[in-house]
Amino acid sequence: MNPLLRRLRSDLFATPADGALSLGLIALITAVAVGLLQWATQRAQWAVIQANSTLFAVGRYPGDQQWRLWLLTALLTAVTGVTWGLLRCHPRADRDGTLWPRNDRLVLGLLVVVVLWLPGALQLTPALQIRWSLLAALLAASRWLAGRFGSKLSRPMLRLFPLVWPLIYLIGMVLISGGLGLMPVSPSQWGGLLLTLLTASFAILLCFPMGVLLALGRRSDLPLLRWISVIYIEFIRGAPLITLLFLGQNILGFLLPGGFAPDRIWRAAWVLTFFAAAYLAEAVRSGLASVPKGQMEAARSLGLSYPQTLVRVVLPQALRVALPAMVGQFISLLQDTTLLSLIGLLELLGVARTVMANPAFLGHSAEVYLTLALLFWSCCAALGLGSRALEKRLDPQTLSRSSSQP
Amino acid sequence: MRRRLKLLGMSFRPTRAWALPLVLAGLLAGCAQDGGSGVQSAKLSMVQGRGKLVCGVDGKLPGFSFVGPDGRYTGLDVDVCQAMAAAIFGDASKVEFRDLNSSERFAALASGEVDLLSRNTTMTLSRDAPGGNALSFAPTTFYDGQGMMVPVASGITTLKALAGKPICVESGTTTELNLADRMREIGVAYTPLKFQTGDQTYAAYLGGRCIAVTSDRSQLAAKRSSFPNPEAHTLLKDVMSKEPLTPATTNADPAWADAVRWTVNALIQAEELGITKANITSKVAQAKANPNQPDLRRFLGVEGDFGKQLGLPADFVVKIISAVGNYGEIFDRNVGPASKLKLDRGVNNQWTKGGLMYSPPFR
Amino acid sequence: MRDPQALLDPLDRPPWWRDRRVIPWLGQGVVALLLLVLIAFLLGNLVHNLTTRGMLLSWRWLGQPAGFDISETLVPFSAEMPYWRGLVAGLANTLRAVLTGLVGATLLGTLAGMASFSRNGLLRGLTRTYVETIRNIPLLLQLIFWYFVVFLSLPNGTAALQIPGVVLAKSGLYLAGFGQGMHWSLPQLVNGVWQAPLRLSVEFAALISGLIIYSGAFIAEVVRGGIASVPKGQWEAATSLGMGWFATLRHVVLPQALRVIVPGLNTQYISLAKNSSLAVAVGFTDLYSVAETTLNQTGRALEVYLLLLGAYLAMDLVISLLMNGLNRFVQIRER
Repeated sequence: MNPLLRRLRSDLFATPADGALSLGLIALITAVAVGLLQWATQRAQWAVIQANSTLFAVGRYPGDQQWRLWLLTALLTAVTGVTWGLLRCHPRADRDGTLWPRNDRLVLGLLVVVVLWLPGALQLTPALQIRWSLLAALLAASRWLAGRFGSKLSRPMLRLFPLVWPLIYLIGMVLISGGLGLMPVSPSQWGGLLLTLLTASFAILLCFPMGVLLALGRRSDLPLLRWISVIYIEFIRGAPLITLLFLGQNILGFLLPGGFAPDRIWRAAWVLTFFAAAYLAEAVRSGLASVPKGQMEAARSLGLSYPQTLVRVVLPQALRVALPAMVGQFISLLQDTTLLSLIGLLELLGVARTVMANPAFLGHSAEVYLTLALLFWSCCAALGLGSRALEKRLDPQTLSRSSSQP
Repeated sequence: MRRRLKLLGMSFRPTRAWALPLVLAGLLAGCAQDGGSGVQSAKLSMVQGRGKLVCGVDGKLPGFSFVGPDGRYTGLDVDVCQAMAAAIFGDASKVEFRDLNSSERFAALASGEVDLLSRNTTMTLSRDAPGGNALSFAPTTFYDGQGMMVPVASGITTLKALAGKPICVESGTTTELNLADRMREIGVAYTPLKFQTGDQTYAAYLGGRCIAVTSDRSQLAAKRSSFPNPEAHTLLKDVMSKEPLTPATTNADPAWADAVRWTVNALIQAEELGITKANITSKVAQAKANPNQPDLRRFLGVEGDFGKQLGLPADFVVKIISAVGNYGEIFDRNVGPASKLKLDRGVNNQWTKGGLMYSPPFR
Repeated sequence: MRDPQALLDPLDRPPWWRDRRVIPWLGQGVVALLLLVLIAFLLGNLVHNLTTRGMLLSWRWLGQPAGFDISETLVPFSAEMPYWRGLVAGLANTLRAVLTGLVGATLLGTLAGMASFSRNGLLRGLTRTYVETIRNIPLLLQLIFWYFVVFLSLPNGTAALQIPGVVLAKSGLYLAGFGQGMHWSLPQLVNGVWQAPLRLSVEFAALISGLIIYSGAFIAEVVRGGIASVPKGQWEAATSLGMGWFATLRHVVLPQALRVIVPGLNTQYISLAKNSSLAVAVGFTDLYSVAETTLNQTGRALEVYLLLLGAYLAMDLVISLLMNGLNRFVQIRER
């Protein structure tokens, strides 16, 4: 018998009950898929997305200043391409040094298809369509250049390269908010995907050190530190995010002398950070618990100081174990940004609700929500995939294989 | 213009930053430091120092405050904010709008989150009184009444016919309370379905979840005008309450409240005097040329120090009218004949024309 | 005193600022002082700001009549009752949603977790798709989708979806049950309005379906992890004894997997309880919604938020206590 058929049979039709179940599921899946396809191509009106694509992307960011965001996107694209290429051109245990492995070709192909098709489908102006194509070309070019010539870079250069990322983040902040000769754009004008990504990345970057410190505090021998950490973590974990966001927006004014409170967008971002830090601390704590006590004792007896032991011995192991849980927290942090819409901030969901209050687009909420769901899904799934790849790379078995190589 | 320091998203003005250790020290010494004193309003100087006015609006209500696809805010409530910004800075664009839902608006105002609340808010005793929400209301900018909208097809013509039916209402509004009161009076049991925001309320009504939706009549008319087929919906004849929609500030700063009050009065007075956005320059020239028109000269700040008394520029009225026009113009542009809503002036006309819009004298 | 320090030669002892026993306490003291100053600063501002606005903490408003109605309540409530009754009614609604959600999500999650070990490849793939789709889309978006897109487009009246004993219409979910006089009655249409002994509003239905489907996906992962932690030999041994797939799972694998599953469930249950506050987005009047209305009418933001945080913390504690109890019960069986 054909192996495919045999596989199908053992997978789907092993017993009569199994067969019936499979048939039922196939019918269900087909019905849902056909219904969805019919709706998406015939009944749905995607004009609501087309007309408001700028609003969804950047909110009320002034049109004559949007070149700054394009510049930032281009910078990010170039750095992503270079990083990607550099990762590929240095062979290691988990990579054989092939410049264009199958997955990379797949990703690039997918990207090209999306960039060629989506801007056209959204009926963006030709100028914008060309910009998207140029961005894709930039990514491919920088990826190729870095892959081709990256091996000529010296070791110290490679060591320093990751520092480009925080640099880009700072440049990005300046580009977005203005200053240094650029026209300032007030945070109240940021919105849509820009605001979602900005608050999420801000909170992710800052909650990480806070979470690690809190986790260390919770496992500390010093009673005061331990109790402060425990109270903080348990209080935050016991409170719904929406109440904390509301407190940050409307009660913080009572706690600070007039005029000191940061802008409300930053306040929301800080609340998200403080909220996520408590959860992250728990993830890190479980990682810390997995490191045997002997590791600490061995390092100390070798003469390492306590901070050295933590940074060089304990944390690397703990964080590797905690990685999946931590990325899980980052993903839910990204999703939690939708709650900003409940306090009147115009992030993606907030923009969606404003758009739907517009009489011209009444009754097309399904299109908007599905688009948003797809966007969030792609971002979160990408984070999850990245985490799994990193997990595999940091796996001690892979690492030991690399060290055993001559 | 003073620059703002930005550190990791915290932003504060350098002029105030030095005060932090002082405040700390004052606190440790056990004495509370008081903000603002004298004639000048603390809030006003804060707004001036900040360089922009923060104004709380609904943001999702066509005719009153609404964001178009171009990202700009328009509406009657929005124009009141812009008039205030024009009065303070001479520039109507120096205002930052903040969308507030009805449940968070008072907390946002009380904590100083917004300087001015111009968000179709009904003036009531409990909201005004120091023992209640402790707000301070400006003159009313729109006299409204609560109405009930039903689909024509439902055949409902009276409130009694709503017995046992679900009614959609925005939570945290006077509308919600009036609904409870009226239904109790006529002894009708009903099911209130409450939503946090107006757009959700109307989405639920259009989705057919409730048989009726209740709100201010102007708002209902505004929303109906935007429905796919407006003729399919009708407003019941009953006017369930009085809803004077009024800009508000907090009780904490009476001087600031005064500045807001007379800015709104200026809009009304300008219409009474026939001063419009178009003729303001010629009116100013006329006032300057003719010393025999003391009323006009005082109103436009050519003589007297009304602006200074309020802590505003002497010619604040000129700035306001050149920026947004008079009350009649604002009305026509946003909710009147020139808008989609096409509401009658009705009680919102000038007192000289049988309406309720009446500015106390500028003297 | 047999202090070990006394045994050391005094000359060997380092100065106190380099003493390993002193430094940590010194550090803690500094942290404590900083914290106290910060708290004093914040509280001082709070008191000052509240005093200038005449809004110092007061709880008298709790006894004043609320003036608003709540559409579906477990405890009777009407507009002339005081605020605290309203808050209690809201709390009851929250508890109802949380309890229903807990039971539903546990069932769905367990089934999906078990299904990911099914022999049927299609079922495994479907479960995987479900978990990966739902976990990567924000709950708030899902809730809004369920309510505004799915439930609000249900038909009404005679066109409602019906199976014997159950009617799903735009106005709600109607179930057969024991009505007045303790006799069994089915949902029936009276003057174009469905009537039934058991009725759930669509707002409630949207909320709990959103919560169940979302938390179910996370619980499925917890259950899957638990089952995966049971050695494969257990499966093989049970199968060789002639037990079927389900029987093996039910009698051999799950009891062992529970030790890993229960702590994971605790986290999911707590987040479900807190997520129930998103009910405001779908028009269900829960504790948060009542609190928001109350705060709006009384202007007592701080008091209302203290109550709200207290209530959710208490709920969190109760769930944790119960789950810890369950955990001990499960672990005791270990031999």
